[in-house]
Amino acid sequence: MAKPVPEGAGVFRLPSAKQSFVLDTLLTPVGAVPVVGGELVWRDLFGHYRVRWNIGRDRFTVEPGLYALGAPDNNSHVMVTANYKMSFDFLRRALSGSDVWILVLDTKGVNVWCAAGEGTFGTEELVDRIQASRLQEVVSHRRLIVPQLGATGVAAFEVKKYSGFSVCYGPVMVRDLPSFLENKCRATPEMRIKRFPFKERLVLIPVDSMQALKQGLPVIFALLLLAGFTGGLPFLEGMRSYGFPPAFAILTGIAAGTIVTPLLLPWIPGRAFSFKGGFCGLVLFILLYISFSSSTLNYSVLAQFSWLLMTLTVSSWFGMAFTGASTYTSLNGVRKEMLRAMPVQFAGMLTGIAFWTASLWMD
Amino acid sequence: MAELRYLEDVVTLEYDQDKCIGCTMCTIVCPHGVFQMEAKKAVIVARNVCMECGACMRNCPTGAIAVEAGEGCVRGIINDFLGIEGPCC
Repeated sequence: MAKPVPEGAGVFRLPSAKQSFVLDTLLTPVGAVPVVGGELVWRDLFGHYRVRWNIGRDRFTVEPGLYALGAPDNNSHVMVTANYKMSFDFLRRALSGSDVWILVLDTKGVNVWCAAGEGTFGTEELVDRIQASRLQEVVSHRRLIVPQLGATGVAAFEVKKYSGFSVCYGPVMVRDLPSFLENKCRATPEMRIKRFPFKERLVLIPVDSMQALKQGLPVIFALLLLAGFTGGLPFLEGMRSYGFPPAFAILTGIAAGTIVTPLLLPWIPGRAFSFKGGFCGLVLFILLYISFSSSTLNYSVLAQFSWLLMTLTVSSWFGMAFTGASTYTSLNGVRKEMLRAMPVQFAGMLTGIAFWTASLWMD
Repeated sequence: MAELRYLEDVVTLEYDQDKCIGCTMCTIVCPHGVFQMEAKKAVIVARNVCMECGACMRNCPTGAIAVEAGEGCVRGIINDFLGIEGPCC
């Protein structure tokens, strides 16, 4: 290939059979290939649950290389996937009961689509991995089934040129694989479209809110401390009466941007995610403001307005951040949106904090 | 369910139909149905739903498609604004 290859790339290597999900090994002309099943056990599912909460997500990997699902032979399909364990697990579960080869690329633990965007799920790695697995000695045909979303990183005609294997792009969703294979590797037009249904948006919420809290909690602590030291009340009381409302406002913004916005995405007015996020923030703020109306009586208009600004800017910011997880926003669209939204968001947040600080002295 | 659509007229997708050899690859890899075959040539039928993933460009054997591809994620774009080489997500 044109680019220099990293040291050790393409050197023969089979994945370890000592990984928790490996059931057995299968003797092939190139050695003992690890065998996996299509059934996910509690240990796999617990791992999925953890990474959905952003715990250990960057080390949820399987070793790259060739695996056997069931008992494939030299005529069986070769499915290509990423070494994010969730990608690998979903693939083997979808093909449970089939006998296929699985070629796992080293994507540094990132899923197929994101890795394809970054280039790690790409032509070079695929060609190297074919060579490192001596795939041409394991199978007698020269066909690979690559996930369609991997096409962002893989050029089928180049793979053919450098490895001799022709790439057939499978469906977007792994659940369509069985009917794709039955239909002689032909996908219906519907199988080629990436949608973004409620359930897919729902599972993204924990990771998004955890990441948002990581950014938001330092600000909240700073505000609480500031509130405790000023306002002429004892520390804890000052923190409670002056610090809790803005802390609550920021948490409301995070909830609006990372929970309400993803869930209700298609029904929220507007197209820009910063607008959708801000809209959800406004609605949630009004609902909570009404519910807690009796507790707000002792605060100045300035203080109350500062809470609103904090909720709006935080929700707009995290709504905008959800573009990264969505399946239909474009680089130049997000860039345009950010150039317009970020000045407003920063100005709003600064004004909010300034108004709140001012209200500490005035109240 | 309401249809999910992003901003109009923002995408950088460019296509030179004279270079098309009718291999249909762009119609296969596009996750939003931007291309369709008409009279043995690919045509753009839904330009505004393009998400600039670049799959069509990468898989076009004659280089007929050009798009500024990349992940539209906030941190990556901020790094880009600031001129920092940094990770995206």
